Amino acid sequence: MKYIILLFLTCLSLCLSQALLAQTASSDPPAEAALVPSEPPAPPSNVRVSDLANDDGHGIRVTWDLSPDDGAGRSSVISYDIYRTLNPNDPDSLWKKVGTVVLGVRTYADRGEREPGSGSYLPKHTNLYYRVYAVGAGVRSAVATAGPAQATDDWFNTMKVPELIFCLVFLVLTVRFINMAKKGIDLYVRPLAGIEAIDEAIGRATEMGKPILYVLGIGTAGDIATIASFTVLGRVARKVAEYQTSMIVPCCDPVVMTIAQETVKTGYADAGRPDAYKEDSVYYVTSQQFPFVAAVNGTILREKPATNIYLGYFAAESLLLAETGVLAGSIQIAGTDQVSQLPFFVVACDYTLLGEELYAASAYLGREPLLLGTLKAQDYLKAIVLVCMVALLALRMITGADVISKPFDAPWW
Amino acid sequence: MTSKIAMRILTAIVALIFLVSWITRSGSGMSDSAFTNVRDGFLITFAVFLTLSIFSFLYRDNPFYKFAESLYVGISAGYWMSYGFWSTIVGNFVPRASRSLSEFFHVPYQERADHILIYIPIIFGLILLTRLLPKIGWLSRWSLAFIIGATAGLNLTRYLRSDFISQVSNSFIPLFVDWKGAGDFVSHISLAADGQFIAILSNWVIFVGVMCGLVYFFFSKEHKGAFGVASRIGIWILMITFGASFGYTVMGRISLLVGRITFLFGDWLNIL
Repeated sequence: MKYIILLFLTCLSLCLSQALLAQTASSDPPAEAALVPSEPPAPPSNVRVSDLANDDGHGIRVTWDLSPDDGAGRSSVISYDIYRTLNPNDPDSLWKKVGTVVLGVRTYADRGEREPGSGSYLPKHTNLYYRVYAVGAGVRSAVATAGPAQATDDWFNTMKVPELIFCLVFLVLTVRFINMAKKGIDLYVRPLAGIEAIDEAIGRATEMGKPILYVLGIGTAGDIATIASFTVLGRVARKVAEYQTSMIVPCCDPVVMTIAQETVKTGYADAGRPDAYKEDSVYYVTSQQFPFVAAVNGTILREKPATNIYLGYFAAESLLLAETGVLAGSIQIAGTDQVSQLPFFVVACDYTLLGEELYAASAYLGREPLLLGTLKAQDYLKAIVLVCMVALLALRMITGADVISKPFDAPWW
Repeated sequence: MTSKIAMRILTAIVALIFLVSWITRSGSGMSDSAFTNVRDGFLITFAVFLTLSIFSFLYRDNPFYKFAESLYVGISAGYWMSYGFWSTIVGNFVPRASRSLSEFFHVPYQERADHILIYIPIIFGLILLTRLLPKIGWLSRWSLAFIIGATAGLNLTRYLRSDFISQVSNSFIPLFVDWKGAGDFVSHISLAADGQFIAILSNWVIFVGVMCGLVYFFFSKEHKGAFGVASRIGIWILMITFGASFGYTVMGRISLLVGRITFLFGDWLNIL
């Protein structure tokens, strides 16, 4: 209680100091920042327009030579404004401003929307005209016009070649390891303390006669962390059914709830106890973050679960949940791939699965060839990256050539 | 029995404070309209009551917290239900589905040839609802399979770029920045933030951190020997990072608390 009072007093003093500071600041005279219009800068020249490469057909690249007053001459250019229209004879008022870039920049990618109803719609296969103005302090230059250009779509995004290469390497490795696992070759996975504790925690809940709380986070069914959590949920549900204890699964998303119900139901069926499954044990609360936390916190304090498992996508609610779990005296196992939330789970939970350990957990628990093979492929991909990093750094140190800066960012292939 | 009486007394005190606050705030309203002043007085008092009810959770679970929690969850669930209807069904489906429906809901009808595509998600959505009918409930698994499969596939390339390729790319950094030999390095050594020594040290920390961090997340080998040492360094680096992140985020949370305290002492009590 005394800590709460101390915290309250600290906040009170902060508020008072803030009010004092605000009062001091308000007594200062306001700075005058009126812009005095100056002579217009010289316009940019040689404006070119072309289809934006590697897009879905709704983008145009505008390029120009800098105004003579950009960083030189009168140095009066502050930015460049880019306008677009369908008809070059349109009056100025019908030209639509599509972007602004700061001085020194000589290109602009006009990426529009696909939907005709949206405000920034950019039509495909249609003649488009562009204007570029150099903007000074309160004035702008004469116009530089270019066009027409048509936006067309591309079948292959060359900027994604690294993704393709990594996907292919990963695919080959995955298929190879899945086949090895299917043939019965023992694929070693190191023990994960957090996952090994799950069985122990379920046993504790059975002994205490209290439920297990399983929170899948606030992510959608498409989040990788939520998908990984479903696999662990299936395993936990199976164990819960075997031990004849109960579980509570509050959900923040209706689709997640539906999948969680299916997963838990399957877990009970696998354990040979489909009759013990209660549909009400997996329920929807609300889709908003903090009301969801308020409800789960209330559940923790009222039901006093023996074990709380938080696996999935978490944001600011992580510490609120974990702290309440500590107050309720529950064993807590957490895991998320949100780096910013891991510190809270680390300090407040008994076991924490850090990032990728959450993905590994499903493979470790299930020992299914498909998951084991994927985990092994991930490991070998990491090993390849490690070796490449060391090799390229060594090459740079030996030769002095800049062979390593941003190797995947430039389309050097 | 005693706790029931105590609870009743407490509820009476809270109700009394609520009424006093409502009357006081209504009296000190800035508007010319009496109704507006009474309404604003009630809204501020009710917001204060809900804030303090949620704060009361710090003591323990109690009826005030339960009330605030139920209200919060109920309003939120209702809001999302309504939002889903107006944004998804009225906002996306109706304008593409029917001119008369669009006119009924006062949304502009969008006549396009590819509108037939919207019936695919509608069919999947309806299939999802077959869960309510036990005999054909298995059909809902098709929708679930589609959701999981499609999003996992789409996320694969997205995360491959943001969480893997970009991070690997940014880890390829020179370990000896502006290196002109050991003699030159020693003679110009300084602790300036933009100096060569700090630049080299930063890059080495990143390099060692990435290497050891990757070793820690290597699951196919037991963490023993040199591998174990690297893994231990990796977890130390992770924990130091978590510590820094923890402090940074806690400061952000304190500012949220300051916001609430400012509301209580400023907007309500007028002493700030």
